[in-house]
Amino acid sequence: MTTAPPDADELRRRVGEFLAAHDPAATGRTEFLHARFDAGLAWVHYPEGLGGLGAPRALQREVDALFAEAGAPSNHPERNAIGLGMAAPTILAFGTAEQKERFLRPLWCGEEIWCQLFSEPGAGSDLAALGTRAVPDGDGWTVNGQKVWTSMAHEARWAILVTRTDPAVPKHRGMTYFVCDMTAPGVEVRPLRQITGEAEFNEVFLTDVRIPDEHRLGGVGDGWRVATTTLMNERVAIGGAAAPRESGMIGVVAGLWRDRPEVRSPGHHDTLMRLWVESEAARLTGERLRQQLTAGEPGPEGSAAKLAFAKLNQEISGLELELLGDDGLRYDDWTMRRPSEVDFTRRSPGYRYLRAKGNSIEGGTSEILRNIVAERVLGLPGEIRVDKDVPWKDLPK
Amino acid sequence: MSDLLYSEIENDLRSGVREVLGDKAPWTDVLAGTEKDEPYDAALWDAVAARLGCAGLPVPEELGGAGATWRETAVVMEELGRAVAPVPFLTSSVLATAALLAAGERELLAELASGNRVAVLAVPFGTAPGAAAPTVRAEDGRLTGEVRSVADGAAADVLLVPAGGGLYAVDAADAARTPVTSLDMTRRLSDIAFAGAPAWPIAEGDGPVGAALTAGAAMLASEQLGLAEQCLATTVEYLKTRYQFGRPVGSYQGLKHRLADLWTSITQARAVARHAASCLAANDPDLPVAVAVAQAHCSAVAVRAAEECVQMHGGIGFTWEHPAHLYLKRAKSASIALGTPDRHRAALAAIVDLPPPDPA
Ligand SMILES: Cc1cc2nc3c(=O)[nH]c(=O)nc-3n(C[C@H](O)[C@H](O)[C@H](O)COP(=O)(O)OP(=O)(O)OC[C@H]3O[C@@H](n4cnc5c(N)ncnc54)[C@H](O)[C@@H]3O)c2cc1C
Repeated sequence: MTTAPPDADELRRRVGEFLAAHDPAATGRTEFLHARFDAGLAWVHYPEGLGGLGAPRALQREVDALFAEAGAPSNHPERNAIGLGMAAPTILAFGTAEQKERFLRPLWCGEEIWCQLFSEPGAGSDLAALGTRAVPDGDGWTVNGQKVWTSMAHEARWAILVTRTDPAVPKHRGMTYFVCDMTAPGVEVRPLRQITGEAEFNEVFLTDVRIPDEHRLGGVGDGWRVATTTLMNERVAIGGAAAPRESGMIGVVAGLWRDRPEVRSPGHHDTLMRLWVESEAARLTGERLRQQLTAGEPGPEGSAAKLAFAKLNQEISGLELELLGDDGLRYDDWTMRRPSEVDFTRRSPGYRYLRAKGNSIEGGTSEILRNIVAERVLGLPGEIRVDKDVPWKDLPK
Repeated sequence: MSDLLYSEIENDLRSGVREVLGDKAPWTDVLAGTEKDEPYDAALWDAVAARLGCAGLPVPEELGGAGATWRETAVVMEELGRAVAPVPFLTSSVLATAALLAAGERELLAELASGNRVAVLAVPFGTAPGAAAPTVRAEDGRLTGEVRSVADGAAADVLLVPAGGGLYAVDAADAARTPVTSLDMTRRLSDIAFAGAPAWPIAEGDGPVGAALTAGAAMLASEQLGLAEQCLATTVEYLKTRYQFGRPVGSYQGLKHRLADLWTSITQARAVARHAASCLAANDPDLPVAVAVAQAHCSAVAVRAAEECVQMHGGIGFTWEHPAHLYLKRAKSASIALGTPDRHRAALAAIVDLPPPDPA
């Protein structure tokens, strides 16, 4: 017997009941989050028993709002973006019952942070070229290799990891996907300092790291299919609340323009108004995307949103520095630190300008996104591929 | 937040209009029409305006209209833009209709809504909302003066003329209309002269003219969206079949990436055009911002789409015998019509309190 998934009214009722039984003011943070997860009110579109109720994804927004209104403790999604956005949907799609049981609850509650061990020095846009080797070893695997640009590896308890298990077949076929314990012997995390002065990301060296076979996600040799699921989720805009006008970077610059008449010049006014229009267009496009998801008709516009976001962030932050003139020549702090989250608004204009440069590289470069739009959305012919049928071990590196 | 999607009714309406246009306005006919003396395609107009009932979409049923809204009208505009259809829909069914609705006029409105008569607002086509500056004088119920560059002036049965601080109607036969050789021959201009032409008053004040120009600018964004979508689709199809250097030219990144960016801009144009149409339909307080954003954005996107269409077709795109030039001429003209993007950005700056620098 199956029961219909709860609708908005039913969810409101359940949240009310839950809050009555778990007073946010009187319940410990961890206890509260565990209970919320167990009540299926964490991510409502997940299955029952795994933090959800099989409800439509679009209803999440309201559930989150109800908890926030009640002053409930947050699971701090901004500190575990890779866990929530990429690891969790992949575990849900490919994990065994035991894996889902073990990993999803502490992930959602923010007790265990996740990172993504995908990119390597020799494999970035061309992720399928990766060479980190996993070799069968008794009841598990031994892994050797080097990963790079691993955001938040210094905070992470677990990683999603793609490895090469068969070098003799063409590159897309010989990969296997694992969950990697970041505290296991042989995992070494070294900070990689970035253009802003700090180190969000790291190099991760894997030397004879033992991974039990229970931590394999998907079949041996099926790693590319699993990784593709991860990457698709990376680009799905997760529908939060509708953004108000002038939110984000454009609001910062518009505020500067209003507050400091001495920064104004005719050429910059023209640039500002162009960027204001583009920001508003991007905001409405995001809103339209959310409405499409709510109506159950998701479109490919998510890739467009990421492309537009990267370009706008870069242009607006560049304008901000120019508007500031002499003040734009100063920087707040080059100290090497290892932050636990990224926040554009708390730091200086110089930081914003520099950090925005990463927006067109991280999560797939803008060039790669344009390839994807041109080929998958517009149906234009693919690139000439010289590497398709060549065994991985014979590829030029 | 306004509904930015298309309803089932809107999708049905779209299919109906598209079918008629596919049948009665293939581009070869549109191209042939640009060399004829008739200022617009009367048979096509009759099919779309009267028989499909599109002319009266935003007009309430009790006033002889279809009792729909500007949202549905916007969908018709998208399809007309896709076909560069030579009909006076923007001028009569949007601008003149909006003016009469705002003026509370009923008789002429019903005739426009039925598609039996065509009325045109006698202002230069480049006039932005808020910028109408009447040049015609009114004396004892007679109008005197000249208005240049009136879109669909030659198609009009009735001219709605801003004059003497109000709005007047003039029988088109009582004005001297000189056809203008227009950049966009699918929506032609006329220079119009009034020499003591008998006129009847429609409204006091400039409210109806402002309402007309705002409605026109909002709806034009949807026409520009349809035009841009068509240019992108045509170009993508061509690039898949045209081979050079042993490969489809659509496999070259130099072209693919530009089209991916164009597609991105078009997804945004769809959102802003829908928002403008919804705000107009609901008379939302956000309307002035929505219209300025829609015009600033969609004008530029349509021009870029048409320019890329010409460029990516190579030599064939530069010929008279290919539809690309019809789209380019419509897109460029439309970007100037009802205010250039720059004008709209300047208007926006005032509304959202981002003033230009004080003159030194
Ligand atoms: C801030 C930041 C955080 C990151 N976090 C993580 C993380 O947590 N985990 C992780 O695994 N990775 C992470 N990355 C890595 C990121 O995914 C890669 O940097 C990215 O995929 C590009 O790979 P690459 O650096 O090797 O550049 P390359 O792939 O070498 O690209 C070099 C240039 O060539 C272009 N190019 C490459 N191929 C093509 C093509 N086919 N057509 C056209 N142009 C092409 C690229 O667009 C780029 O401009 C992060 C990167 C940044 C900047």
